[in-house]
Amino acid sequence: MTKKLRRVPGYLFLAICALLSVGPLYFMVVSATNTSQDVLGSRMLPGANLVANFTALVGQQDVASAMWFSTIQAVGTTVLALLVCSIAGYGFEVFHSRGKDRLMNVLLLAMMIPFAATMIPLFQLFAQFGMINSSFAVILPAIATPFLVMLFRQSSRSFPHEIVEAARIDGLSELNIFARIYVPTMRSTYAAAAVITFMAAWNNFLWPKVIIVNNTYQTMPMLISNLRAGYVTDYGVLMLAVLLASLPTMVIFLILQRSFAEGMTGAIK
Amino acid sequence: MFLLPAALLIGAMSFYPMAQAFILSLKTGRGTRLNFADPLWYNYQRLLQDDIFKLTVQNTFVYLIIQVPIMLVIALILANLLNDRNLRFKGLWRTAIFLPCAVGLVSYSLVFRTIFATDGLVNDMLMGLHFIDSPINWLGQTGTARIVIILGLLWRWTGYNMVFYLAAMQNLDYSTLEAAKIDGAGPFKTFWYVTVPQLRPMILLTAILSTNGTIQLFDESWNLTQGGPAYTTMSMSHYLFELSFQKNPNFGYGAALSYVILIMVAILAAIQMKVGDKRD
Repeated sequence: MTKKLRRVPGYLFLAICALLSVGPLYFMVVSATNTSQDVLGSRMLPGANLVANFTALVGQQDVASAMWFSTIQAVGTTVLALLVCSIAGYGFEVFHSRGKDRLMNVLLLAMMIPFAATMIPLFQLFAQFGMINSSFAVILPAIATPFLVMLFRQSSRSFPHEIVEAARIDGLSELNIFARIYVPTMRSTYAAAAVITFMAAWNNFLWPKVIIVNNTYQTMPMLISNLRAGYVTDYGVLMLAVLLASLPTMVIFLILQRSFAEGMTGAIK
Repeated sequence: MFLLPAALLIGAMSFYPMAQAFILSLKTGRGTRLNFADPLWYNYQRLLQDDIFKLTVQNTFVYLIIQVPIMLVIALILANLLNDRNLRFKGLWRTAIFLPCAVGLVSYSLVFRTIFATDGLVNDMLMGLHFIDSPINWLGQTGTARIVIILGLLWRWTGYNMVFYLAAMQNLDYSTLEAAKIDGAGPFKTFWYVTVPQLRPMILLTAILSTNGTIQLFDESWNLTQGGPAYTTMSMSHYLFELSFQKNPNFGYGAALSYVILIMVAILAAIQMKVGDKRD
């Protein structure tokens, strides 16, 4: 009995933390269906104002276009980042050499460079090439990250080299070895990397805000941030917009929670 | 060959702009008409006399010093509880506590802004429980506005760090924990003397990542408090954005500020590595 009692504080602590974690999200979901007054009245039950909130939101902001730009940008970043970083990780591990180790160390240093320190020159660079307001400018700086290269490199360690040798003897080209043998075996690493990259890209705010100066090309985080800036905030509409902006990442998270957690920690084993 | 695209991109998108930012930080002028300053370190000199800059440094360090230790301790405790093999509903707890990580920074900032509004949820709850008699203007006062930012950061990032610890704990030898139990160590002693020392590299890593993130704080400052009241919750990155891209852009001065951020990140990481790497 005492043994069971001793567990009570632990469960209590977990329950409180779980409740506090989920509470604000529950409130966000519920508030999306309530009027602004009900939101401020702290109504904790779903209401009947979802359609009205949606109509008001679409009337104020071009949600469809923001969703579109967010999607292009996030999917584009994810696809290119996975391609570039996995090829690099593969190269580091399969054609291993001292010089590459040194290069890797230099690249890892880039992980310590705060984005703030590169933001202004990056803006100038893209301005020079007339690429302000383009999705390409949003995507390009996010493609090659030392973190992803490291993730693929570490995971490639368990990739059996004998297979590569055998494939070479069979006359497969290096590109074919990569595409037909490496990619399928590393499926779980790709999944983890995709989740992390997509979420980071979808939620990115500062860089799009710098490089997209025309609201026609705004992304979802920019759109909801602009909603707040209005003189009178309709909280029901705001919470609906926040919910829409969070839905894609939340769904992906709930489906692929495992790979997300594995990917986050996988690079540091 | 395989490394070329990644190496070139990292060079062009990180190292090259970093070097450019330094050169830029030595220049003055508005817009695109920039000339080298006289003396060269003029922008840095000016930063030292800039009261708003000093305030943003202070704000950032208030967040850093209060929030990061609390968050890491809670994350450690949670991970330790979840690592217990006899725990029930493990998946449920983990998902719930990890869930805030799925929400974007702008999104959660706006949710927190709503629930901490003067007539918002938190005040209603506190008044319902008779903890306070009249609503608190959370975002309108320096102290409480800073607390809201710290609470927001705790909410968003504790589960994230917990997952790092949980992964590290699962790689630990469970027999060391059993051995401690057999030797008669209680849960607290086991945690403190057996688990924590073995997690040291991971604690170091999370400390560096969190410090790095807090120094670059932007989304919360911009969306949750808008830096106010009167710049007292504004982060350094927020001020950098204001200097560089609003009203009267001054790229040279902004670049100088960005270099101060870079140097702070480097120094703090070096200190943490020195402290965390000591072997007993």
